[in-house]
Amino acid sequence: MLDRPLAGIPADPSPARVAAIRIEGAQKSFGSFQALRGVDLEVQQGEFFALLGPNGAGKTTLINLLAGLTRPDAGTLAILGHDVRADYRAARRAVGIVPQELVFDPFFTVRETLRLQCGYFGIRPDAAWIDELLENLQLQDKANANMRALSGGMKRRVLVAQALVHRPAVLVLDEPTAGVDVELRQTLWKFIRRLNAEGQTILLTTHYLEEAQSLCERVAMMKAGRIVALDHTSKLLTDHSHPSVTLRLQAAQVLPGPLAARAVPLADGRLRIAIDSYAEVEQVLAACRESGLTIADLEVGQPDLEDVFVAIMRGEVA
Amino acid sequence: MRGFFTLFRKEMLRFWKVSFQTLLAPLVSTLLYLLVFAQVMSGRSEIYPGISYREFLVPGLAMMAMLQNAFSNTSSSMVQSKITGNIVFVLLTPLRPIEMFGAYVMAAMVRGMAVGTCVWLVSLLFFPRLPAHPLELLAFALLGNLLAAVLGLIAGIWAEKFDQMAAFQNFLIVPLTFLAGVFYSIHGLPPFWRDVSRFNPFLYMIDGFRHGFFGVSDVAPLDSLLIVGLSAFALSWLTLVLISRGWRLRH
Repeated sequence: MLDRPLAGIPADPSPARVAAIRIEGAQKSFGSFQALRGVDLEVQQGEFFALLGPNGAGKTTLINLLAGLTRPDAGTLAILGHDVRADYRAARRAVGIVPQELVFDPFFTVRETLRLQCGYFGIRPDAAWIDELLENLQLQDKANANMRALSGGMKRRVLVAQALVHRPAVLVLDEPTAGVDVELRQTLWKFIRRLNAEGQTILLTTHYLEEAQSLCERVAMMKAGRIVALDHTSKLLTDHSHPSVTLRLQAAQVLPGPLAARAVPLADGRLRIAIDSYAEVEQVLAACRESGLTIADLEVGQPDLEDVFVAIMRGEVA
Repeated sequence: MRGFFTLFRKEMLRFWKVSFQTLLAPLVSTLLYLLVFAQVMSGRSEIYPGISYREFLVPGLAMMAMLQNAFSNTSSSMVQSKITGNIVFVLLTPLRPIEMFGAYVMAAMVRGMAVGTCVWLVSLLFFPRLPAHPLELLAFALLGNLLAAVLGLIAGIWAEKFDQMAAFQNFLIVPLTFLAGVFYSIHGLPPFWRDVSRFNPFLYMIDGFRHGFFGVSDVAPLDSLLIVGLSAFALSWLTLVLISRGWRLRH
């Protein structure tokens, strides 16, 4: 059980509870390419936060700035109030980073890797905690296997364990589920959810939008080095996505005029009608009934972060 | 300090786990040099009175082996970590630049000293002679290893490809060691080349080390110690600045 305190959490965060992550005016260019064009972001302690955006939007650059792997051209970044440059030792103790690249040291076993990582943080390796991490990430059978012998998904889980071995208060995961199969993905999220429930702040980037939708309270969307949307997940969904009714009519039947104008024909011959609320489902069905139509197939679609994402990336939303 | 000791231990384990390649192979190749050169050059006259050419070779070869191994350890560790990406495991931690520097360099020095000690012990079988000035010998060995380890670290941080690493080693380190009087005394060189040789810092390491062995040398040992010591100190300081600035490590 996680009955030990997490490293990095100030003994008394109140009264002015510091933000887990605070980024102000972060800018970064690589040659003539502007990876970040002024990013402001604050993630509160205990949040489960998603950073979304297409490839090249600047998500990983932002994470690398937090990690100290990349240095900003302008702006400040702090983790639990510790500036990542001026107070880098405290900042790095407070954060665990799971890098996107599948990196490993081929000289060592899983357990050796974790013990070394503890030592780098100046901590005596805690065998019980390492065992707990291995168990929760389903790596206990591989504890003494060389890193080279592990599959990609296993290496990814070792990276997660490495990021957690010093018990950081903030965990940053850069596409942790890329190339991980469904079952292991679920195991991973179950564990991360538990850590979050016990107070750990989680920042996540992913291309699986349904993961972000089900896990994260707040979402930021990035595009071309800027944050273009930042809100509670539920708010983004209600503002930018609608439920829908998708139906198939019996052959040769057509929708009545007002509905036909709203319907979008899909490739499989079905018709999709966007609605503002679920109460409208009944109105659509009533209209069909009144026109004597027979519905062969019906599906009610829920608001979807993917719709929000697509709309925002197309620039349809400010 | 735990961070430093962990990284130091990791660097030691890295070469220890492949000790056939990192300790035994250099020992064997050095002994082959000794055997072959000693055989071919057996008729050559003494360079210093009372010291056969074959014996003259021992400290030079030992120093060359130390320098190359200390250099290899830091450079290959750093360049491999950078290319495979696992350098992030170190960069993400609160390790101070001086701890990183110390751990990489000291592990490389341990490897260099281990190889050098083995070469010397084996050479005792052929030339049973105790060093004339053991402390001096130790000082030159330590400083030489330090200098080579630091050069290796700079090369490893600078190189972005194995090819660049190989260029650094083959076009800089190997010529500097070979042309530092491992196989000859600079007094045997034409005046022009003798003067050129004086700009090679490796020359002073080998010459001073040899003085520790035999009590005779081409250059005054104190001058050599000063030159080697200052070079090692200056390069260490430079490397520390580079690491602190994140040169080629943090972009």
